[in-house]
Amino acid sequence: MSLVLGALQIGFILGMLAIGIYISFRILNVPDLTAEGSYALGLVTSAVMTVAGHPYLGLVAATLAGMAAGCVTGFLSTKLKIAPILAGIITMSSLYTINLMIMGGNPNISVFDCDTVFRAAYKLLPMFKKEVVKVIVGAVFAIFCCGVVIWFFRTGIGLSIRAVGDNEDMVRASSINADFAKTLGLAIANGLIALCGGVYAQYIGNADVSAGAGMLIIGLASVIIGEVIIVKRSLVWGIISAVLGSIIYRGIITVVTGFHFLPSYSTKLVSAIIVALALAVPAVKERISIMKKGGAKNA
Amino acid sequence: MLDIKNLSKTFAPGTPNEHKALDNLSLHLDKGEFVTIIGSNGAGKSTLFNAICGTFIADAGSITLNSTDITSVPDYKRSKLIGRVFQDPMKGTAPNLTIEENIALAYSRRKSFNLSAAIKKSERSFFREKLASFGMGLEDRMKTKVGLLSGGQRQVVTMLMCTIVTPKLLLLDEHTAALDPATSEKIMEITNSVISENNLTTMMITHNINSALKTGTRTIMMDSGDVILDIKGDERENMSLSDLLNMYNSKSNKQFDNDRILLSH
Repeated sequence: MSLVLGALQIGFILGMLAIGIYISFRILNVPDLTAEGSYALGLVTSAVMTVAGHPYLGLVAATLAGMAAGCVTGFLSTKLKIAPILAGIITMSSLYTINLMIMGGNPNISVFDCDTVFRAAYKLLPMFKKEVVKVIVGAVFAIFCCGVVIWFFRTGIGLSIRAVGDNEDMVRASSINADFAKTLGLAIANGLIALCGGVYAQYIGNADVSAGAGMLIIGLASVIIGEVIIVKRSLVWGIISAVLGSIIYRGIITVVTGFHFLPSYSTKLVSAIIVALALAVPAVKERISIMKKGGAKNA
Repeated sequence: MLDIKNLSKTFAPGTPNEHKALDNLSLHLDKGEFVTIIGSNGAGKSTLFNAICGTFIADAGSITLNSTDITSVPDYKRSKLIGRVFQDPMKGTAPNLTIEENIALAYSRRKSFNLSAAIKKSERSFFREKLASFGMGLEDRMKTKVGLLSGGQRQVVTMLMCTIVTPKLLLLDEHTAALDPATSEKIMEITNSVISENNLTTMMITHNINSALKTGTRTIMMDSGDVILDIKGDERENMSLSDLLNMYNSKSNKQFDNDRILLSH
């Protein structure tokens, strides 16, 4: 039971990461590597503010910091014409130093004894067990983010951002500032990812500067699992499926590590394998259909 | 209306690949004129459109549209005034958005930062009505992703997107060339009715000399980045295909080498 609750807690919280990755990889069609840096940025910002006694403000600050990081990547790739993947790497690397600066040079800090949004929720919902309250808090954050993102991408400016990822030429011909739309999209994606890091810091009780490493692959695995589960391709279902994918992904990890099939530090290997397998499916399918037709020798 | 003065553009200057795409070109269009443009491969027809739309900034010369100097205005700002339909049906629409989302996007060129719903109820029926007037049956598929439509259907949607907010200038870049003859004719019909309905100032590149002489009010011929022939009125009425080709040969001292033009007869 505690394993299931644990999976739901982390699944919902990292669902925000999955939405962010969905926005940059699927809606904007940009392989944005800023994610690893902005996740850690949110984590440390929220942790430092929580230690200072401002857990709520910490989450707001984490979101804004993540958005700023997204804007930097957007600026590098649109105005300075740096390839998006490199622009993301540049921002990600520089954030490592900035994150250390935010923590005053310490590689990690603990928020274990501080007031957090989770502690506030325990007081608000005394009738539930703490583990259940953690699930509720995670779910509230994930559902709130889903709602805001779905609303936003149905507005006029949101539609422009979706179109930029779909056909940039057409957007330029429709008098929309494509550079601005792309940058705004990256800002929103990274804001969500940083918020996810911020909530996670208060959930887990500490912040480590290297916590961002491998988060991208976890987010991507969630998005892909979600797409396998929900076949319907639309904006609303895409975003919901990202969160669902995150929960299912966490379930898989819990089964693999919780029952000691693999050691608990193997999460990133498992996610990498899931992503590689999922991405390989079209190529494998094609190969099989060629072999069925007997064309393998000529192929 | 549109006033182009001494426009020049050289690609890759100072290299062996140097190419003078526009050579001191000047052109003036009055309001409501419908100019058809013909010319051999590489004459600079599409480059001229790119210069007008701001895909690149010209090396020299000026472009004035609707008495505003747009020579160094960025492309997305110019597209408030200019509608453009490309030859490639994939270029003008976003495949993963629905028909109505595509149209809404084009319609939103009225305002820049818009946090209200992308498609309002009143607009929905307005888009439907507009699309129905084209008689392609697309009005019943407003929620279909554009990527699922045929090339001709996509061009119709693009046509509506370019004209739903009346542009000051409409640029058609061989917009029927990628379509089969029947569809191409249908799109031309729609094009003509949209242009005459809104009295649009239009430039159309075509590889079909017959339709170049029949449609519109004026025909220009381009070669080596400049206008070498500019006819309208009676002179144009009485011009035959062979006259035109002869004039080309004498003016440019070479054979007309646009195979598609020659093959279309």
